[in-house]
Amino acid sequence: MSTQFSELSRTDAVRSTGEDAPVVVLAAGESGRTYGRDLWRYRELALILAWRDLSVRYKQTAIGIAWALVRPLATTLILTFVFAHVAGLPSAAPYPLNALAGVWPWFLFASLLADASASLVNNAGLVTKVYFPRLLLPVAAAGVALADFLVQGAIVALVMAWYRWLPSERALLLPLFALWVAAAALGPGLALAALNARYRDVRFLVPFLVQFGLYVSPVGFASEAVPAHWRFWFAWNPLAGAIDGFRWCLIGGPSPFPAAAPGLVLTVLMFGAGLAYFRAAECAFADII
Amino acid sequence: MPGFALRAEKLGKAYRIPSRPAARTLRDVASGWRGRRREGEAQPFWALQDVSFELRAGESLGVVGRNGAGKSTLLKVLSRITEPTAGRAVVRGRVASLLEVGAGFHPELTGRENIFLNAAILGMSRAETASRFDAIVAFAEVERFLQTPVKHFSSGMYVRLAFAVAAHLEPDVLIVDEALAVGDAAFQTKCLGRMNALARTQGRTVVFVSHNTKAVLDLCGEAIWLERGRVAMRGAPRDVIARYLGDGVSRGAWRGGAPTGAAFRYVCISVAGPNGGPPQYDEPVSVDLEYEIATPLPPNRLSIQIANGEGAVVLCSSDTDQTSAAKHAFAAGRFTTRITLPECWLAPGEYTLSASEPGADGSNKIHFEILAFGIGMRGSPTARDNRAGVVAPILPWRTLPAAP
Repeated sequence: MSTQFSELSRTDAVRSTGEDAPVVVLAAGESGRTYGRDLWRYRELALILAWRDLSVRYKQTAIGIAWALVRPLATTLILTFVFAHVAGLPSAAPYPLNALAGVWPWFLFASLLADASASLVNNAGLVTKVYFPRLLLPVAAAGVALADFLVQGAIVALVMAWYRWLPSERALLLPLFALWVAAAALGPGLALAALNARYRDVRFLVPFLVQFGLYVSPVGFASEAVPAHWRFWFAWNPLAGAIDGFRWCLIGGPSPFPAAAPGLVLTVLMFGAGLAYFRAAECAFADII
Repeated sequence: MPGFALRAEKLGKAYRIPSRPAARTLRDVASGWRGRRREGEAQPFWALQDVSFELRAGESLGVVGRNGAGKSTLLKVLSRITEPTAGRAVVRGRVASLLEVGAGFHPELTGRENIFLNAAILGMSRAETASRFDAIVAFAEVERFLQTPVKHFSSGMYVRLAFAVAAHLEPDVLIVDEALAVGDAAFQTKCLGRMNALARTQGRTVVFVSHNTKAVLDLCGEAIWLERGRVAMRGAPRDVIARYLGDGVSRGAWRGGAPTGAAFRYVCISVAGPNGGPPQYDEPVSVDLEYEIATPLPPNRLSIQIANGEGAVVLCSSDTDQTSAAKHAFAAGRFTTRITLPECWLAPGEYTLSASEPGADGSNKIHFEILAFGIGMRGSPTARDNRAGVVAPILPWRTLPAAP
């Protein structure tokens, strides 16, 4: 009796997984063929991984989410001290506002770059034990950095209110510049994440890059403070135009374009190259990580 | 081509082993492409070669083989974690693999949160997970701890939860690696039952790797035995496992290399039956330790340890067990020490032998799992009914009429 029952349902099951079930071919060089379909199928995973990192991030910390606010505020104070009081740079707005308008996108860049480049190695246990499109790991890391960025937006709004400074309607363009910053970080972040799987040097390189970048980007000072004969080289910093854009939206002053055009082009190229390198390296991650 | 759920055609996977451990740093890249060229020269190591099989929906395949035979590599290729180097596999339908219990669990998250996280990692949507949530919780028996971070879970609870998530995926192809080696016996039985149900009544295809040959016998309709990356045998589980376990000779001996100048050196360690053949259940099993002592050693002792295929220690034995002294001196020379295990005693299955090596300074170095050996099931009660147990003694049973 029971045998009959199981035979019957087995036939049904075979029928239900019949012709329309997705067929996957596993062979050398074949993994890219269904990548788009897989990304779509696993789309929720990026969100869930980002949610995991967000909810775990401040566990067992005393001040919790306040860390997302304390760090940019402290950086703003230091930069104000150095550039306004020591170097004596002028500013159209109260200097802390001027600095915060640079620090806000800078933190997005720095944390996105650091988290994305560490994302594969941090999840090595997953990479070697479960299949999913690996691209989701740096993308989830970017999601976490963007969430912090939004929270920090509240601080920016509060500081602006404190100084009774009203941004113009240009502030509506902020999401575009944020996208630029994210792309400028994710391009190198993807390449570094892939490199990190093989060369752990990346772990030492990234903090250095971030520290270095703070001085060659208009974070604590506006681009106008850069001497004219250096401007040509400065414009090739992919981030410079984006940060200028933030300052332009929040405080005013000259438009970042056309000076920022080379940086924007470079951002797009680097993003494409980073993505291409990541995809090319992806099939070997589980073997080398 | 319809009909099959999973087909492997001459699958192969090669890893490159650098001739010397290449410094995996940017220095290699910077110094011209030297690092890359060296890699090209490296000898490929074929972890898997020429593996072919075909499974229809509802069939299950057991994979046996000793450590390093390529079982895990095969599962990694089939679960798309790594690409094959040669050949191809075709999978029809959704694949879920359970290569490590709780891969992706986060210790700080609660049981409930980890269910959703793990399910998403295994490819289930949130809606699907929500609809099976109660079944998962009931199967894992963790209702009371859903709001507790899993770092406070016992290892048993952890394993139960992880398996429950994977077992409720309802994939078309389920790939399971040794996941059941952990967890208590009752839960192992439950897991096997669930996998059995998936295969037999729901038409799912199961690929199952285990050292637990009994589980393979119970669950699988077909088995393959991997040896050095190749299929050594394919057929009915009972035949494959009998051959695999009887394959004691090639694995039953370990030979030391050239003399190293050390004070004590093992020349050969072997495990064999009475005529030097593969050990069988119904014959005494002898463990031979052949060694060379260059200079007399301070007082010490020789010990061996035998562990079963699941890693549990079955016994430890020392050459001082029969004497009152805990240590004795070692004279120079070449010796063979034989330890004899009685017949009808160790259950048929896979075992490993570890041996101690006395040092010139009175220390003891342990060679862990220096060799593997199998006990064949000839004449054992296990051959009749697949019973459990580390030892399989034949005990006297006596029935007396009850006292009036």
